[in-house]
Amino acid sequence: MTDIVLSIDDLKVALPAWSDRRFAVGGVTLDIRQKEILCIVGESGSGKSMMGKAILGLLPAPHVRAVGGKIMFEGRDLLELSDDDMRAIRGGRIAMIFQEPMTALNPLMKVGQQIEEVLEIHTRMSPAQRRERVLELIRDVHLPEPERMIASYPHQLSGGQRQRVVIAMALALEPALIIADEPTTALDVTTQAQILHLIKELQRAHGTAVLFITHDFGVVAEIADRVAVMRHGEVVEQGPATQVLGAPQADYTKALVAAVPGLKPRLKELDADANVLLRVTNLQKTYRTSSGLFGGTVREVHAAKMINLELKRESSLALVGESGSGKSTLARCIIGLESVDSGLIEIDGERISGRTRAELRPFRKHVQMVFQDPYASLNPRQRVGDIIALGPMLNGVSREQAIAEARELLHLVGLKPDAVDRYPHEFSGGQRQRIGIARALAVKPKLIVADEPVSALDVSVQKQVLELLNDLRKSFGLSMLFITHDLRVAATVCEEIAIMQRGEIVERGATAEIFATPSHPYTRSLFEAVPGREWISSLG
Amino acid sequence: MKKFWSRFLGNPRVYLGLIWLGLLLLVAISANVLAPTDPFAIVGKPMAPPGGEFWLGTDSLGRNVLAGLIHGSRATILIAVLATLFAVAFGTFIGAVAGYYGGLIDNVLMRFTEFFQTIPSFLFAIVLIAILSPSALNLVVAIATVSWPPIARVVRGEVLTVKSREFVQAAVVAGQGDAAILLKQVLPNTLSPLIVTGSLLIATAILVESALSFLGLGAPNLMSWGFMIGAGRSFMREAWWLVTVPGIAILLTVLAINLVGEGLNDALNPRLADL
Repeated sequence: MTDIVLSIDDLKVALPAWSDRRFAVGGVTLDIRQKEILCIVGESGSGKSMMGKAILGLLPAPHVRAVGGKIMFEGRDLLELSDDDMRAIRGGRIAMIFQEPMTALNPLMKVGQQIEEVLEIHTRMSPAQRRERVLELIRDVHLPEPERMIASYPHQLSGGQRQRVVIAMALALEPALIIADEPTTALDVTTQAQILHLIKELQRAHGTAVLFITHDFGVVAEIADRVAVMRHGEVVEQGPATQVLGAPQADYTKALVAAVPGLKPRLKELDADANVLLRVTNLQKTYRTSSGLFGGTVREVHAAKMINLELKRESSLALVGESGSGKSTLARCIIGLESVDSGLIEIDGERISGRTRAELRPFRKHVQMVFQDPYASLNPRQRVGDIIALGPMLNGVSREQAIAEARELLHLVGLKPDAVDRYPHEFSGGQRQRIGIARALAVKPKLIVADEPVSALDVSVQKQVLELLNDLRKSFGLSMLFITHDLRVAATVCEEIAIMQRGEIVERGATAEIFATPSHPYTRSLFEAVPGREWISSLG
Repeated sequence: MKKFWSRFLGNPRVYLGLIWLGLLLLVAISANVLAPTDPFAIVGKPMAPPGGEFWLGTDSLGRNVLAGLIHGSRATILIAVLATLFAVAFGTFIGAVAGYYGGLIDNVLMRFTEFFQTIPSFLFAIVLIAILSPSALNLVVAIATVSWPPIARVVRGEVLTVKSREFVQAAVVAGQGDAAILLKQVLPNTLSPLIVTGSLLIATAILVESALSFLGLGAPNLMSWGFMIGAGRSFMREAWWLVTVPGIAILLTVLAINLVGEGLNDALNPRLADL
């Protein structure tokens, strides 16, 4: 078999003694062939990134190291190579694309120089040849105005452009293998679609093998030739993409595929005469930043421009938009974490905008929030019971009663009631998000604002949390404002969708209608960018 | 917390530091039992070398050096610990308020802090003692006054990062007041660096106290290590032990505190320890 580029044989990566399992990678055997994209897919903690790092000798030594197996590349075992030999292979024969392009680039160096540096170290090209090659690479990754681009600093480029620069660097020496570790996870969905397209195009043109590490089955469906599914450091299933995605064999793969949020719109199930709970009228919010110590030019960002919104009792609305669209600002204004410049926010006919924090306090119990990051949203030094009981206690409930209620709520969100006496670090991400939901429900609010509540969670956990939110909404008679960047998630949770772009709501309506006939061009581009759209639709 | 203790006590340097500090604390507490006579009392002939009737010899007036060392540990530790406590309390207050409220309040408080930082701290302490007159309490005040600014800066930095975390926003959304949020949500999460800085500050305080006593600006009628060095320095050639014995005591104590402080740092910031 001469077409095998990289062959991993029974690779074992040991974790330090104090971690909860012995091996990050426990005996993985994989082959990557020429001209193919192999996707390693798995949830957090599956060992997929550690495996990528082991190939390039980038494991965080001395605590984590490869203790067994072989990684054969071009006739040599990468685990046996000296540091100098490894350095020649890194960047030269095997290149890496990282998740966060901003940290992968040197912020103090022009991007042209950074690409040129790779050529300078590894080749004997003349300066003129190098410059020619850099421009060629910039054109290859479809960056506009190559001449201007090479003279820019990383911070002057957008996230997508930065990732293109990183890809250009990876391609500079025509490597035999590119390892891409979640290269599109930090990007917006439309940018993600472009980058995936680019990687595929370049891979075809250059005949490079790509090891693509991801957690997203949509991305897998979009790009993979072959797929390996990892769990707890072991490969549970591998095979051609069509087979693994179309007819998964392992139970774990089946469960993961079933958890992928579908593109089936949720139907409107409420009566039209329910009264309005939340009304936002002509809301405006502009951020001003003065540059420099002495004033100078003022930069204005219109986070919300004349927003009008209505949410009926016991209904749910998804605000969908990419980063910088103003959706989070709008949510923060409604929750009272941010003051508005002009416009009106009313809950149940009572004005809540334009009030001071002290004046807002009586209204706090009507609107509660579920936060994005389950690791940052719970105070690590407080017991879960105290975290949940805080709201009720501030509203005059006695501590005993508040803790008793917290126990009931924990039971409702699917945790053991005795969790009240434990600290947040004892729980997993999904469990913490359940605690966050219990906290929001503790004051019996009318409206819950959920800001990307599942975007930090693994796909199988994501599904459970969404189902929980759905059930609780019904049993508590809640309204929900759900903020997300993911149309798939929006479709499963909300009957109504509002699409935001650059501080404006460009389209709004029932989920089913928008899914059937998206009218605004931006909405259409969002739909087209959903990774693995065809495959997801085929799931039914 | 289990991990913290195993990391903290699993460090051999921490053991050495803790053993010395424990011993010192024991001596300081039971000073009156170990050396019942007044350390200022003249008990024998002057300049008796160590190893005779008195283990560590006597000084130029015939006072027992060992008794001085024992009683000195009490004064030195008490002054250093009290000064550190005051400095930590004041510095934490200034830093927390500046970091939490930001804007104009932050600007004013930080310029105020910088004002104290720009004055050379030891000279400042001398000036303060000169104005306030030397006494144990004034030593504490002077040392605290020159040592709080670093604490304020550390706390401010920590508060700035903690207050942007989502659980603080959750407390705002729940309707908790500013003071309660600062005390119950933010400050408990700034403890780790505060404990480390504070523990190292005790070592600095001991050095400042000794230096002030050496210059004769220490508390009169209070036997301290710095005072012993100051009194013995003119006889260094004739009686080396007068300076050497308390000098080694200061050295070992400051070293022990630094070892424990470093150990705390490694245990509380495991990421730093790995680098």
